Amino acid sequence: MDKIRVVHYINNFFAGIGGEEKADIPPEIRPGTVGPGLALQQGLGDEFEVVATAICGDSHFGANLEEDTAKLLDMIAEYKPQLFVAGPAFNAGRYGVACGTMAKAVEEKLGIPVVTGMYVENPGVDMFRKDLFIIATGDSAADMRKSMPKMAALAKKLAKGEEVLGPSVEGYHERGIRVNYFADVRGSERGIQMLLKKMAKQPFETEYPMPVFDRVPPAPPVTDMKHAKIAVVTSGGIVPQGNPDHIESSSATKWGLYSIEGMDHMDKKDFMTIHGGYDRAFVTEDPDLVVPLDVLRELEKEGEFGELANYFITTTGTGTSTGNAKRFGEEFVPKLLEDNITAVILTST
Amino acid sequence: MVKEIERAGIPVVHMCTVVPISKTIGANRIIPAIGIPYPLGDPHLGEEGSYKLRMKLVKRALKALQTPVDGQTVFE
Amino acid sequence: MRLELGKIHIKDVQFGAETKVEAGVLYVNEEAIRKLVLEDERIIGCRVELAHPGESCRITPVKDVLEPRVKVSGGGEIFPGALNKVGQVGSGRTHCLDGACVVTVGKIVGFQEGVIDMSGPAADYCPFSKTQNVCVVIEPKDGLETHDYEQAGRMVGLKVANYLGEFARDLEPDEVVVYETKPLLEQIAEYPDLPKVGYLHMLQSQGLLHDTFYYGVDAKTFIPTLMYPTEIMDGAIVSGNCVAPCDKVTTYHHFHNPVIEDLYKHHGKDLNFVGVILTNENVFLADKERCSDMVAKLAKYIGLDGILITEEGYGNPDTDLMMNCRKVQQAGVDVVLITDEFPGRDGKSLSLADACNEADALASCGNGNVVIHFPPMDRLIGMTDYIEMQIGGWAGCKNDDGSFDAEIQIIIASTIANGFNKLAARGY
Repeated sequence: MDKIRVVHYINNFFAGIGGEEKADIPPEIRPGTVGPGLALQQGLGDEFEVVATAICGDSHFGANLEEDTAKLLDMIAEYKPQLFVAGPAFNAGRYGVACGTMAKAVEEKLGIPVVTGMYVENPGVDMFRKDLFIIATGDSAADMRKSMPKMAALAKKLAKGEEVLGPSVEGYHERGIRVNYFADVRGSERGIQMLLKKMAKQPFETEYPMPVFDRVPPAPPVTDMKHAKIAVVTSGGIVPQGNPDHIESSSATKWGLYSIEGMDHMDKKDFMTIHGGYDRAFVTEDPDLVVPLDVLRELEKEGEFGELANYFITTTGTGTSTGNAKRFGEEFVPKLLEDNITAVILTST
Repeated sequence: MVKEIERAGIPVVHMCTVVPISKTIGANRIIPAIGIPYPLGDPHLGEEGSYKLRMKLVKRALKALQTPVDGQTVFE
Repeated sequence: MRLELGKIHIKDVQFGAETKVEAGVLYVNEEAIRKLVLEDERIIGCRVELAHPGESCRITPVKDVLEPRVKVSGGGEIFPGALNKVGQVGSGRTHCLDGACVVTVGKIVGFQEGVIDMSGPAADYCPFSKTQNVCVVIEPKDGLETHDYEQAGRMVGLKVANYLGEFARDLEPDEVVVYETKPLLEQIAEYPDLPKVGYLHMLQSQGLLHDTFYYGVDAKTFIPTLMYPTEIMDGAIVSGNCVAPCDKVTTYHHFHNPVIEDLYKHHGKDLNFVGVILTNENVFLADKERCSDMVAKLAKYIGLDGILITEEGYGNPDTDLMMNCRKVQQAGVDVVLITDEFPGRDGKSLSLADACNEADALASCGNGNVVIHFPPMDRLIGMTDYIEMQIGGWAGCKNDDGSFDAEIQIIIASTIANGFNKLAARGY
C-alpha cells in the first residue's frame, strides 16, 4: 500500500534558518522532513511519509498574508498531500497565526485533514479553534517532545477517518463545537442529579456553559435624514409568493433580496410569509405588518427621509444559527455599502 | 445580522417583539414591536388603526436612527 | 393525590374483527376507528395502518402521538375538558396500553409536522420507532381553514386514544405503579429533612400549531398555576402543537413526562417532590414578563429549594426560559434547565437564542441541526410530498428513490427538550 502523503509547515526558526533577523524570508518548500518534521515522521509511523516541508518567515507571512497563503498553497498542492500538519507554534503569536491560516486554507482549498498545535494563550487559538484541531502544547519548544506525538496521533486518526474523541481525551483546545452523543442516562435524570448537587452546594458541571456574546459599538446616528437612503431588512420570513429561492421556514441557510420598486405597500398577492415560528394568519393577510412599506412610502413622499432602497432583504429568524445570521450579514452588507445605504430598519417577529 | 450591518458603520434600528433577545444578540437601537404574529401594527384595531400604530413605530425608528447612543438603548 | 397507574404491556398490534387486547396483543378493528374519525365532517377520508419496530416503514407528516388510557376509578375521565367532560383528575386508578401508540398523520397544516422511521439511522433518535403504532391517516375536506384542520386533527388523536384506552378498563394490569403527592403542608411535613423540589413545565402557547391545553383551556390564556403531578398522567394536558417536530412535546410525552417520572423515583429518598408549576410561552413581551414574575412568586411561595425547568420549542421561548431562570434563581430557588440546542449544522454557533448568567446548570437534549440520511423505506404511511418544506428539510433534500437528507429536527421528539431521550450534546 502507498504511504499516506504528508506536508508539514514550519517557520524559518524551526527550519534552522536564523532567528528573528531572518523572519522575513519568503515562502519556500523542500522535499522531505526539516527540523521538527523528523519527530512528526516518527510519531506518524511507517504508513505515512512526510513528503515535503513548507517554510516561511513569520514576519513575511504576516506582512503578505494573502499572497503568501496563495503561494504556499500552490507549493503544497504540488506534493499532492493527504494530510497537513502545521507547527506546533507554542506561544509564538505570529507563528500561531501563520499555522492557523495555512491549516485553514489547506483544509478549505485542498479538502484534506489538518492539525496544528499551540499554547493556550497563543492568539491563534481563539482565532482558529472553531475551524481547526489545535493540540494544546506547552509555551515553548521545550515541550516539542510531548506535543509532537499528540499532534501525530490526532493527525493519524483524521487521515484514517477514525472517530475523534473529546478535547480532554485527544488533547486539543475545545473548539466550541456542539457534538451529539447518547448519554448513559436520560436528560431529566441528569438534570435532577445536577440540581441535587447545586442545592447541596457541591460542585457540578453544566452541559452548556452560557456563551459570551460579542458586542459592536453603536454606529453614529444619521445626521441628514432628509437625504438619507434607507433599506429594510427582516427576519420575519416575508418572501415573494411561491418562495422562489426556497428559503427555509426555520433554521434558515439562505437569505433573499426582492424588489419593492414601484410598490406602495406589501400586497398579499405578491408576498407571503414562510416563517415557521408563529401563527402566520395575520401577516399572510397583511405583509406590511413585517415590512412596513406602506408607511415608509408615505414618509418618503412627505420628505421625512431621502429615499427608500428599491428592495428589501429577508430571511427566517427562527432557529437560524448565529453563524448563518452573521454570514447573511457579511454577504449582504457589501450590497448595502455599494448602494450607499445610510441606515437600516431591521424588523423581527 | 444587526451586528454585521453596524460593524460596517451603517446605523441600524432593530424593531422586534422580543426585546431581551435583541439585547442578548447585541442590537444597539431597539424599538419594541407589538407582538410576534404582528410586530408592526395590530389587525384588531382595523386597517386604519393598525396603519396609525405602524406609522408611530416607524417614526420612532427614524428618530432612533438620528439619536446618538452610547450603548444598547430601548426606545419606548 | 394518589394515582395507581396500571400498565398493560403491549408487545404487538394487529388488525382484528373486533378491537380487543389478548395476551399482550392489541387487535384493532379498522372500521370502528374509521367510523369514529369520520363523524367529524371536516374529515373526509381515514385509513388505519399499523407500524411495528424494525419494519422498513416511514410515517409522515406526523401531527401527534398519544397513548391509549382510561380512567378506571377516582373521578373524572381521560382528557378532561379537551375530549371528555371537564372534571378533576389525578386520583384513583388509570389503565394504559403501555407500548402502544396512536399516531395521527395527514397532509401538513404548516411546516411543523414530522417524521417517524421504524428502522434505520433515524430510528435511533425517535422514541416512537420503538412502539407499536396505530397510525390514523386523515384527509381533510377541501379548503378547510388551517385552524379548523389543526383542531380536527387534534380531536382525531384524542378520540382514537380514548376509544382504544376503553378496552384496557377491565384488564388486569401487568404492572401497577403508584404515584402520590400530598397537599403542600402535609407533603413538606412528610420529609422535613429533604430539599423541597418542584418542576416548572413551560407549555408552548404561541398560536396555530404551537398551542397546548390544560383541562381544555388554551395555555396562552391562563396565568401560571400549580398542578399535582398526577393530573398530567390522566390527560389534563393535551398537545395542540407541532412547534418543530424534534422538540414537540406530544400528548404521549405529557402522559410520560420524564421530569415528573424521575422526580417520583427520587421522591422521599434524596428530595421531596412537592409539585408542578405550569406556565406558558406567549408571543407578547408583557406576557413573558408577567408570567415569569408569577412563576418566581409561586416557586418562592410554595417554599421550594430547587426547581427543574423545561421548555418547548426554540427561538423566542428561549427568552421565557431565561426569564424564568433568572427570576426564580434570584428569588433564592436553585434552578436547573433542561433544553435542546440549535448551534447550526456544524455545531459552531450559539445553541440558544438567549442567555443569562443565572443559567449555570443546564442538561442538554442534543443538537437538532445535525444532518442525517433517511434511506428509502419499503412502506410509507402518509406522504413525503412535503419533506422539503417540513422543518429540518430544504429544497432539493429529497431524492427520487424516496430517501432524503435532513436535520434531525424533522424527526418527532428527537431532541425533545424535557430530557425524555438520552441524546445530548457536548463541547468538542
